[in-house]
Amino acid sequence: MSNMIPVKSDAIIPERDADKTPILECISLGIDFGGLTAVDNFNLTIGRTEIAGLIGPNGAGKTTVFNLLTKVYQPTRGTILLNGIDTHGMSTVKVNQAGVARTFQNIRLFSTLSVEDNVKIGLHNQMPYSMWSGIFRLPKYWSVEKKSHERAMELLSIFDMQDLADSRAGSLPYGAQRRLEIVRALATNPGILLLDEPAAGMNPSETAELMDNIRKIRDMFHIAVMLIEHDMNLVMGICEGICVLNYGKIIAKGTPEEIQANPAVIEAYLGKKKEA
Amino acid sequence: MKNKGIRLTRTTRTSAFTYGLVIVAYIILRILIGFGGISSSLQGMLVPICAYVVMAISLNLTVGILGELSLGHAGFMSVGAFTGVTAAIAMTNGVPSAGLRLALAMLIAAACAAVAGVIIGIPVLRLKGDYLAIVTLAFGEIIKSILNNMYVGVDGAGLHFSMLTSSDALGLAADGKVIINGPMGISTIPELSSFTAGFILILVTLFIVLNLIHSRAGRAIMAQRDNRIAAESVGINVTKYKMMAFVVSAALAGAAGALFAMNFSTIVANKFDFNTSILILVFVVLGGLGNMWGSIIAAAALTILPELLRKFSDYRMLVYAIVLILVMLATNNPTIKQFFRKLFGKKKTEEDVSHE
Repeated sequence: MSNMIPVKSDAIIPERDADKTPILECISLGIDFGGLTAVDNFNLTIGRTEIAGLIGPNGAGKTTVFNLLTKVYQPTRGTILLNGIDTHGMSTVKVNQAGVARTFQNIRLFSTLSVEDNVKIGLHNQMPYSMWSGIFRLPKYWSVEKKSHERAMELLSIFDMQDLADSRAGSLPYGAQRRLEIVRALATNPGILLLDEPAAGMNPSETAELMDNIRKIRDMFHIAVMLIEHDMNLVMGICEGICVLNYGKIIAKGTPEEIQANPAVIEAYLGKKKEA
Repeated sequence: MKNKGIRLTRTTRTSAFTYGLVIVAYIILRILIGFGGISSSLQGMLVPICAYVVMAISLNLTVGILGELSLGHAGFMSVGAFTGVTAAIAMTNGVPSAGLRLALAMLIAAACAAVAGVIIGIPVLRLKGDYLAIVTLAFGEIIKSILNNMYVGVDGAGLHFSMLTSSDALGLAADGKVIINGPMGISTIPELSSFTAGFILILVTLFIVLNLIHSRAGRAIMAQRDNRIAAESVGINVTKYKMMAFVVSAALAGAAGALFAMNFSTIVANKFDFNTSILILVFVVLGGLGNMWGSIIAAAALTILPELLRKFSDYRMLVYAIVLILVMLATNNPTIKQFFRKLFGKKKTEEDVSHE
């Protein structure tokens, strides 16, 4: 069974999960909006339990990459392999069912519904029963609803949010809304979790807690996590591999230490050194 | 665990209140009828009120829960009215029991309206907001035009259809009779509807709508209303659930149409025009989007109101409009809301969540 699949040079950390198919592979991915090339020649491989960071200056195309991975946009060029399966032509819904879950930069909760219902909506495909079972309250309705309530509470307990289960999602404080988005994404039972600026608007202590929680999620669920973040403490603190994007192209890949020392990255963030 | 209990009771409480409202109103009205406490004109309005209540609940499913503005809901009502009455007449000899005939006619009406809902839903649900509203308005008018030009008759050989001709073109046998006579509509309706039948239909409608909302499918429908992109990102097939809500809503409107039509001896397609669609939308908006008991009260009150205003004769509709505006202003006035909150000792948060 253990036929070694050679990990491509696109991998940020080649040695990790070397004997398994990577959860996600992007091969020369690209998208054009009209004449503008937003992302070009994007090659990346993420291992099954890797925490990867995607960083870059504003407008570098980070969120566009997430939108390509979740098929909000269909890529113009290139291939995305999920678990070794080509996702060509899949819709957002299908990609999620295939194991990609995400959060959003601008929070997108079901804000008029309760916290618990938000998580239960995440469980939609995990806990199925028909419309008729729901309308006529057949035994299936009661047993599945009971299970999904228990599962929702279990998931909320990751972030100690069980007590908020009955609050309206829209009325939660900002940090709790971000956490709820992560719980909702986890409820879909993903293989890879995409977090778009999870620490935005959080104070340093909340950020530190978030770092612990991201690690905890990876260890609990054995999933890969890919995150976009501007908070360098967080990125350098938890990411095992980092990919730097500028003007839609990858300018550097490596471990946090390598990235911090990379002259191209320093230039992209701070500008060119003046010739003395 | 403690919190779960509170939430469950809140949902259950809202549902129980809604069912209770309908049942208590029915019992009170029954007693009043028994003692002769209701004028005959008001008694004649009981079935239409029931039909409008069902219409309001079903439109609330589309507007409040699905979140799409539909301006052609009367179209589904007319599909239900005409197919239901046709079925009832065709079944006259086959099914002797009037109650069973009414129930079967309503089921057939609901099924036909559901089919119309699917046909209209396929193109319409691709649109959003204002565009969807305009196209549903157009579909309501199209249905009206089709029914205005349709001729249906029945004889020993079964049902006969004809379009854009006259009733002579049906080629009925000597014993046959015309059921739908184009713009003249149906003029030989068996008056099967009763207040009790309307009451049962309201309960069935509430049962279907409330149970649908508080189930997996209902959560998916509300998820796409709140945030379509997020709903897709968690793997919800948005089109499927939009269609589900729209078709259930259309089917219930069809059943209401059958109930409504079989209260009168004649019915014409022009009765179910744009004004009727707007009237039902007013019930929903006044009662509160997503608020089922609000829709019930609004539908009942606004159907009775024009009757009560008869003494204003010519100024009747003017007064009606003013009352409507005043109610809208009052229900949105923070001071008045605050007053009622104090009166009932309710906390603000609870009031806000009552949109279930």
